[in-house]
Amino acid sequence: MPRLSPEELRERMARDLPGAVLEAAPLQVTAPPAHGPQPGAFLTTDTLVAPAHLVAAALYLRDTLGYAFLSDIAVVDYLADGLFELVYRFYTLDGGDALVLKLRVPRDQPAVPSLTPHWPGANFHEREAFDLFGITFVGHPYLRRIYMWDEFEGWPMRKDFPKQGDKYIGADE
Amino acid sequence: MSEQEIQLDLERQGVFLSTLNRFYNWGRRSSIWPMAFGLACCAIEMMAFGLSRYDVARFGAELFRASPRQADLMIVAGTVTKKMAPQVVRLYNQMAEPRYVISMGACATSGGPFRDGYNVLRGIDLLVPVDVYVPGCPPRPEALLHALITLQEQIDRQKLGRVRWYGAGDRPQTSDFPVPTFGAQGLEVEGKLIDPVGGLPLLSPYTSPEQGEQKSGRIEHPEIVRTFPIMDPTVELEHALKAKGVAPEIAVDDLKRDEVDDAQA
Repeated sequence: MPRLSPEELRERMARDLPGAVLEAAPLQVTAPPAHGPQPGAFLTTDTLVAPAHLVAAALYLRDTLGYAFLSDIAVVDYLADGLFELVYRFYTLDGGDALVLKLRVPRDQPAVPSLTPHWPGANFHEREAFDLFGITFVGHPYLRRIYMWDEFEGWPMRKDFPKQGDKYIGADE
Repeated sequence: MSEQEIQLDLERQGVFLSTLNRFYNWGRRSSIWPMAFGLACCAIEMMAFGLSRYDVARFGAELFRASPRQADLMIVAGTVTKKMAPQVVRLYNQMAEPRYVISMGACATSGGPFRDGYNVLRGIDLLVPVDVYVPGCPPRPEALLHALITLQEQIDRQKLGRVRWYGAGDRPQTSDFPVPTFGAQGLEVEGKLIDPVGGLPLLSPYTSPEQGEQKSGRIEHPEIVRTFPIMDPTVELEHALKAKGVAPEIAVDDLKRDEVDDAQA
């Protein structure tokens, strides 16, 4: 199996799965502090896929390219842009670097097709993303909280989850 | 010199005068069996404390029991998450008296670095009475040994009629400690948050068990809003928690300097 760079993956996927790969728009990172280095707009080099094509793209990675191991699903909350970015990280069992698929969904309607029917190992990753960020995985067989208790309300890892703690007491918070 | 000190001094010289208290305390302090359970990285230090390098067997506490029914001491070793807290209280309720608690490390004592998070209990003393607190993150095994010795000294000072499980009248602690339930915002007892932010805890901490203080398990505080007025009268306040204006270091933006690249450095 070939080992691919992110750019090669993008080229191959744009060639083999027409319509799946989107052009990544630069993201506004929150206002930089006055001191220290000034980060610019954040632009990813990884493959950004359309949510409707996620399952096809993941199966292409697994069946055509041999990246069979879904290591983790990370969620990034871009509050300023009003979107969540999901980062799927795939490895081959032969070793080497991971390939990454990214996916952007709006913050107010975060619905993503589930990979659990095809990857049983995606089950807990998706439940974790649901538990902490409130992302709905359409087609997941058993989508319920995994870390927090079932009675808990809110999505605690979202950037707009209310801060709690004595040090935040005050009118300006 | 107190009565107990005289007695210990005489014992060192081979004169044994005993009382029931002394005999009871000697037996109790020499076989404090801990319960074998750990919650986080402090438990790794607790294992070192139990094994041959630090060798808690010198103090008679080497038998880590797998059942709360056979244990005398609960070492709360690590971060108590809110999801774990009901089980910890339930284990404590299942231990037979006399029972003791050591709160090991910053997390068990106060929540530690996770105190302001959404998922960690702000100190196990909100729920069960704690006899000895050990600071540290994690505490070294020596510190835990010192906590055990401190607990033994506390037991030496106990009087049979004054400990909360043998006293007369309404003194005995017969009721279980309340097991919190899961609520929408956090842990609840009788439908109220046990650690409201900006308020006093619902169940008060427990400060001096050796003086016979009891933790009733009842709700002891109404919800009082806590304020921290800045005490210096010369400082002009914006509200009770915040001084007016900006600190000079922040005003001149001197807290962090710009990065200097290698060529300039």
